[in-house]
Amino acid sequence: MLPEVEQYFRIEKLPHMWCPGCGNGIVLHSLVNAISGLGLNQDKTVIVSGIGCASRAAGYLDFDTLHTTHGRALAFATGIKFSRPELNVFVLMGDGDCTAIGGNHLIHAARRNINLTAIVFNNHIYGMTGGQYSPMTPSKKRATTAVFGSVERAFNLPELVKGAGATYVARATTYHTALLTNLIMEAHKNKGFSLVEVITACPTAYGRYNKLGSPAEMLKAQRENAVNIKDLRGSNGEVPEGKVVIGELYRAEAPEYIEEYLAAVKALQEKGGK
Amino acid sequence: MAQSWEVRLSGSGGQGLILAGIILAEAGILDGQNVVQTQSYGPAARGGASKAEVIISPGDIDYPKVLACDVLLALNQESCIKYSGDLKNNSVTIVDSSLVKHIPPVAGKIYPLPITKTAREEVGRELVANVVALGALVGLTGVVSREAITNALMARVPRGTEELNAKALEVGFKMAAEARNSQKNVQQVS
Amino acid sequence: MMPARLMQGNEACAEGALAAGLSFYAGYPITPSTEITEILSRKLPARGGRFIQMEDEIASMAAVIGASLTGAKALTATSGPGFSLKQENIGFAALAEVPCVIINVQRLGPSTGVATAPAQGDVMQAKWGTHGDHPVIVLSPASVKECFMLTVRSFNLAERFRVPVIMLLDEVVGHMRERVELPAVGELNIINRRKPEVEPHRYVPYRAGDDKVPPMACFGEGYRYHVTGLIHDENGFATEKPDAVQSHLKRLQDKILLHHSEIVDSEQVNTGEAEVVLIAYGSTARSAARAVRLAGEEGLKVGLFRPISIWPFPEQQLKELARKKVKFIVAEMNFGQLALDIERLVGGLCPVHRLNQVNGELIKPGTILEKIREVY
Repeated sequence: MLPEVEQYFRIEKLPHMWCPGCGNGIVLHSLVNAISGLGLNQDKTVIVSGIGCASRAAGYLDFDTLHTTHGRALAFATGIKFSRPELNVFVLMGDGDCTAIGGNHLIHAARRNINLTAIVFNNHIYGMTGGQYSPMTPSKKRATTAVFGSVERAFNLPELVKGAGATYVARATTYHTALLTNLIMEAHKNKGFSLVEVITACPTAYGRYNKLGSPAEMLKAQRENAVNIKDLRGSNGEVPEGKVVIGELYRAEAPEYIEEYLAAVKALQEKGGK
Repeated sequence: MAQSWEVRLSGSGGQGLILAGIILAEAGILDGQNVVQTQSYGPAARGGASKAEVIISPGDIDYPKVLACDVLLALNQESCIKYSGDLKNNSVTIVDSSLVKHIPPVAGKIYPLPITKTAREEVGRELVANVVALGALVGLTGVVSREAITNALMARVPRGTEELNAKALEVGFKMAAEARNSQKNVQQVS
Repeated sequence: MMPARLMQGNEACAEGALAAGLSFYAGYPITPSTEITEILSRKLPARGGRFIQMEDEIASMAAVIGASLTGAKALTATSGPGFSLKQENIGFAALAEVPCVIINVQRLGPSTGVATAPAQGDVMQAKWGTHGDHPVIVLSPASVKECFMLTVRSFNLAERFRVPVIMLLDEVVGHMRERVELPAVGELNIINRRKPEVEPHRYVPYRAGDDKVPPMACFGEGYRYHVTGLIHDENGFATEKPDAVQSHLKRLQDKILLHHSEIVDSEQVNTGEAEVVLIAYGSTARSAARAVRLAGEEGLKVGLFRPISIWPFPEQQLKELARKKVKFIVAEMNFGQLALDIERLVGGLCPVHRLNQVNGELIKPGTILEKIREVY
C-alpha cells in the first residue's frame, strides 16, 4: 500500500474480504485519495455505510465508522450530520442497498439537499447474497433471481437523484480512478447532497452469470463503454447505444438543509420567539 | 365542602368542545381543585360525534373518564342521544335547542337553550357557541367559579378576541340566569 | 416545584425529554403520538436542539441512533404501525449499545386497527419486537406527571446502561390532561453517559468493567472507532468466534440483570391485607384503582399491584405477593400479554385470573369489580 494513504486504513483489518477481481478496493483507494487531497481532519470525518459487499468498506477505514442496517445508511448519516454539522460525512452504499431498500431515504436526502457525500458502488447486482438482480441490473441481464434475464428496467441513478433535488451528481468507473478521485473531491466540496455513482465489477456474480469474462476484461469493458460527458458536449448530447456517461453530470445551487434550519432558528431567536 | 363533578361536553368535531373542556379544566385548577380531562374523537377533524370529559374533584382522581354524569352538554342531535345514557338522577343536561330537535328521556333536569343561535345573533359569531355554552353550563351548575372560568378563558383565547369571548361567556351566564328563573324552560324527568 | 397547571400526557413526555437534556428529535406524524412531535418541533430548535421530521419511522429511528453516536440525547415518538417499522433499528441500538429513547403511544392494532382508540397490545412487541435475543427496558406511565418523570428516567436509564429505552403509553394516558405540579429542572437527577477516560489509542470501545457497561466515546472526538450491527468483539469489529459471540450477547443480558433492582419499579396500593390483588399498568391501572375503592366499599379486601417498569418486570415484588396466597387478576387491554409472564413468574403459587378487553375502550371499573366478585 502506498504510504500516503496508509494512515487512512485500519491496516490490521486487511486483507479485505472482497473476491479477487472485485472493484470495491479500487473505489476505496480513490476515496482515501480524495480525503487526503481534500486535507480533511481524520478525527472529524465519519464514514457511514449500509449492508452489502460495498458497505464492509467502513470497517477497513480509520475514521469514526458506522456500519448500519440495510438501506438506512443515509438516514443514520442524516442524524450524525444534523447533530454535528462540522463533521465530514461520507456515505458508502451498494446499488441494491441504496436504490432498492434505501430508495426512499435516498430521494429524501436529495430533496433536503443535506450536506452528505454519497458514493454508490454499482456492481449491478446483490453480491453478498450471491447474485440476485437489483434495481440497477440492466434489462435482460442475468442474476440468480432473473435466470432468463431481468424483465425490469434499471434506474437511471443520476437522473433519479437529480430529479429528487441533489445538487451534485457524477459517475465514474473503477477504470477511471483519477477521475473518480477528482469527482469525490468535487462532490465533497459541494455544499449540499452529492452523489457519485461508481461502476464497479463483480466478476464472481454479475460477470459470471452474464459471461463478461475475467476481471481484467470487465475492467477493459468499463473503459470501452465509457463516454466522458465532456466528449458528448458539442454533439447532439445523445448517449450512443450501450455507452455509459461518466464525469460531472450535474451541478446546481440550492439551499442546504442544515444551513436553512440554523438560519430559521437564528431568525426566530432574533425575533425573540421561543 | 366542594363536591366532585363529572362533566361531559359533546357535539360534533369542529364545535370546539375539546378546547371548552380544557378551559373548564383549567378553571378547576384555578379554583384549587384536582382535574382530569379526556376526550374521544373519530378520524375526521370536522363532523361526527366528539366528546370531551372533565372531572373536577377536591381529591385524587383515579378513573379518568365519566362514569356517572353530573353535567351533560349536547351541541348536536347525535351526541345528545349517544352520550345521555349514564346521567345521574340529579344531573343537569344542557342541549342546544338550535340544533337538537329530539330530546331523549333522560334523568335529571334538562335545559334546552338556543346556544348556537344566540352565539350567532347576540355575539355575532357562531364560532363562539362553545364559549356561550361554557357560560351557560357554569351559570347553571357552578362546577367552577365565575372568576375562574373567566380567567381560564382569557388565558386561552387568541389575542384580539378577548372582547368577543368575554361577551360570549357573559351571554351564556345571562342565558343560565334566565333559564333558572323560568320554569317553562326546564323539563324535569325522574 | 413549578406552579400547578393542566398538561397532556404527550406534552409531559415532550417536557420530560427537554428537562432530561434532549438535543435531537426525529419523528414522523402518527396518531395518537403526534403531539410529541409537534411540541418538540416548536420547543427544541429554540433551545439549540435539532428537530427533524423524517420520511418514515424507520428513518426517524436511524437518525436518532446517528445523532446519539455524536453525543446527543436523542428521542423518537410513534404509535403502533410506526413502532413496528422501528423495530429493526431498535435492535441495532440494542446490539451496538447506543442510548436512545422511543415513546410508543399504543393504539388498537394489529395493522391500522382503530387509530384513535387505546390498547395495550404492544407489551410483547416492546420486549421482543426486533429479531434476536436482546435486553430492553420498558416503562409504563399511568398519569401525566408520570409521563414527565418516566421520560426523564428513560433518558437516565438509556445513558446509564447504553440501551434503547421504550416508554409504553396508551392513547388514554397520552391524550389525557391532568393538573400537574412538576419539579423544576434543577430538582431532577440527570444522568449522562460515561465517556472514556483513556487516550484514543488505548480505547477499547466494547470492553466493559465490572458494571458491564462500556464507556462510550462520541464520534468526532478522535477515538475513531467502529460501530456495527454485526456481532462484534470488544474492539467493535465483526466476529463469528463462538466464544466472542456468546460473551458479547451475554454481557448485553448481564448489564440489565446485574442492575435489575436499580431498574425495576412498581407501586402497591392496599396490598397488605388483600385477598385479591389486581395487576394493571397504564390507564388500566386507573380503572383498577377505582375498582379497589369500590370493592372496599363492599367490604372486599382488594389491592393493586402496578408494574411501572414492564420490562424488566418487578419479579421479587410480585413473588412476595404470590407467597401470601392472594388471588391475582391481571387486567389488560390485550388478550393476556403480561398475564402470560405473570403466570410464569407466579409458578402456580396462587391463582392468576385474566381480564382482557380489546374493544377500543378503557376497561371500566365496574367490569373489574364484577371480575373481583367472581373470583373472590
